[in-house]
Amino acid sequence: MTTHAEATAREEGKFTPQDHQSGMPTALVGMLLFIASEVMFFGGLFATYFNARATTSGAWGPPEGAHELDIALAGVLTAILVASSFTMQFGVWAIRRGDTGKLKLWTAITLGLGVLFLAGQLYDYSQLGFGVGDGVFGTVFYTLTGFHGAHVFGGAVGLTIVLARAMRGQFSARNHVAVEAVSMYWHFVDVVWIAVFSTIYLLG
Amino acid sequence: MATTTLEPRAGTFSRSWVIDWLTTVDHKKIGILYIVNSFLFFFAAGILALFIRSELAVPGLQFLDQDTYNQAFTMHGTIMIFLFVVPVLAGFGNYIVPLQLGAPDMAFPRINALSFWFLPLGGLLIFSGYLFGGAAAEGWTGYAPLTDDTYAQGVGTDLWIIGLTLVGTASILGSINFIATIFKMRAPGMTLFRMPIFVWTILVTATLIMLATPVLTAGLIALFIDRNYGGSFFDPSVGGNPVLWQHIFWFFGHPEVYIVILPAMGVVSEILPVFSRKPLFGYKAFVFATIGIGLLSWTVWAHHMFTTGAVFLPFFSFMTALIAIPTGIKMFNWLATMWRGKLMFTTAMLFAVGFISMFLIGGISGVMLASPPIDFHVQDTYFVVAHLHYVFFGGSVFGVFAATYYWFPKMFGRKLNEPLGKVHFWLHFIGFNLAFFPMHQLGLSGMPRRISDYAANPEWTILNLVSTVGAFMIAVSVIPFLINVIATFINGEPAGDDPWEGNTLEWATTSPPPPYNFDRLPPIHSERPLFFLTHGHGHAAERPEDLEEEQVHDERPADVERREDPLV
Repeated sequence: MTTHAEATAREEGKFTPQDHQSGMPTALVGMLLFIASEVMFFGGLFATYFNARATTSGAWGPPEGAHELDIALAGVLTAILVASSFTMQFGVWAIRRGDTGKLKLWTAITLGLGVLFLAGQLYDYSQLGFGVGDGVFGTVFYTLTGFHGAHVFGGAVGLTIVLARAMRGQFSARNHVAVEAVSMYWHFVDVVWIAVFSTIYLLG
Repeated sequence: MATTTLEPRAGTFSRSWVIDWLTTVDHKKIGILYIVNSFLFFFAAGILALFIRSELAVPGLQFLDQDTYNQAFTMHGTIMIFLFVVPVLAGFGNYIVPLQLGAPDMAFPRINALSFWFLPLGGLLIFSGYLFGGAAAEGWTGYAPLTDDTYAQGVGTDLWIIGLTLVGTASILGSINFIATIFKMRAPGMTLFRMPIFVWTILVTATLIMLATPVLTAGLIALFIDRNYGGSFFDPSVGGNPVLWQHIFWFFGHPEVYIVILPAMGVVSEILPVFSRKPLFGYKAFVFATIGIGLLSWTVWAHHMFTTGAVFLPFFSFMTALIAIPTGIKMFNWLATMWRGKLMFTTAMLFAVGFISMFLIGGISGVMLASPPIDFHVQDTYFVVAHLHYVFFGGSVFGVFAATYYWFPKMFGRKLNEPLGKVHFWLHFIGFNLAFFPMHQLGLSGMPRRISDYAANPEWTILNLVSTVGAFMIAVSVIPFLINVIATFINGEPAGDDPWEGNTLEWATTSPPPPYNFDRLPPIHSERPLFFLTHGHGHAAERPEDLEEEQVHDERPADVERREDPLV
């Protein structure tokens, strides 16, 4: 709805900031575009994985003498990260209702699950017995999972900032664009992990 | 809470201009920083080009050894593309796009400053290889296995990777900023199909940057892992694939080619209508052609890889030839805009017309290269060097100078000197053709690119000498340009708000504009709001002087497209 004052301002050709506040907030547009560029970044890394898999002759997998990939552990980690997407969304829904207490609770739980995922991934790395320099599988495995892990870490930093700001009472039902932006990013990181898990662990 | 009494100059406080420029988040100052920074890298990379051309003036090794020569052409290509042509056009975009949209600033001013400051940092990192045992020397395309740690020892290549990653990150952030600005910051009445063509080309360019550059980043990271952590992405001895680098590089690299040409096309499409005194012919066709080029750019990367034997030739050849269609549409847009126009050959117009003619030659050699039989013959010869300089230099750089002469009055309130500008143009134009036209013939007769020495074949020798003379002529042409800029700052002709009788909103504010850009905006009912403001036919003339002179027609419905022009 345009008020009479705004309509007059338009007629006079004045700049009316209200015009830009319809639709998605600018910060969320920025986050969506950033995620689009991140999709292309992971697209490039996935391309290296599929290219290596297609051009490698012989068996595809960890080098001889190393442990097989621990699908059970990776499955648990997948469950943790997917669950964290749900807890994140509960936090977003809470702040949309203006429930700052629930926002803090769900954000803290999400952050905890994210940290748990990273710890689990590091434990997995420590058990595998091969490195980034051990053949092309090692290279693409650690690059894909490692860059995903780095993005989880980035998301955890974002969650920490959201939690700290929520503690200071900076969010309300009307004003919580940072929560929405971090949650978008967190969902994206989750989806990337599902792709990484399906590609490396399930398709093999 | 105590109430604050507003002083008359509340909100402004004095600080030294150094701090002001270092910490600015004003899109106009950041735009100027982009442009100045880009020109500094242009001069540095231009000096490297003179080294290359001096070495090649006559057969035999003159004063560069092979490794120094390799570093020179690698740094020349990398710096020219990543630190001159892309950022200088982004700089004009930064300055002009918010003004043309009637916006007060970019959507994310602080990210805007961040994306600028990555550029000098990245550029200096790339150059700093010279301080640590030699810069990268594999060519700007960095093909595997030349970049392997066995062939490219030393940190020059690592610095090249890190620097390019930073510059790429800057581009990605900048492109997100442009897209968000264009979708969220337009003034009331500025619908998408009323946006100036320059904004459209920046929108498509930014989309290409946002989606293509991350792929290069992925490739650069893979290369860094190969070189430093024992990875084997591109090492065939342990299962890697060197051709993968070419796929990744050109999947980014071909959209990149349009990233550097589309904004220049936008510049030309702003200048031609103004100095032909006609609206752009076929505005919507031009917009759709721009989008078409953007879409096709994703389907043609492997035409750089015909001779690898690893790609499906008919598909990539066909898709590449298809690009001639939207490009041809634009050619006719421009020609029909000038047709029967009241042409005014200002320096900006000369550079714009120079763009059209030179880009046409580059486009034709591009269609030739799209044909695999020709490409197999001239792959890695000077024909390719000629082609890419006709599109990069004859296209983009002519567009950059056109933009400089066109928008300088808006940025600094003074017009560049026209006679000196024309001296600049003709030296530049003749030097350019002397330098690069002979390369077509050199390539067809088989002279390979990226070599420091060549056989003392009489035909090659004379053509190389002509080319070197042309290169120095281009260098000389920069002198009247620099004198012009300095003299204009000291004692230039004041420009006024709208020296060219422009069509678009940047001319509706003062020169230079205030930090917040507009005191008031004219009504926007077409893609030429300022034309209708100053020449009637429009909604309501707002300036007092216009109200005195012009009959105000206010009865007509506001949304009718009014394109009729007394000159047509």
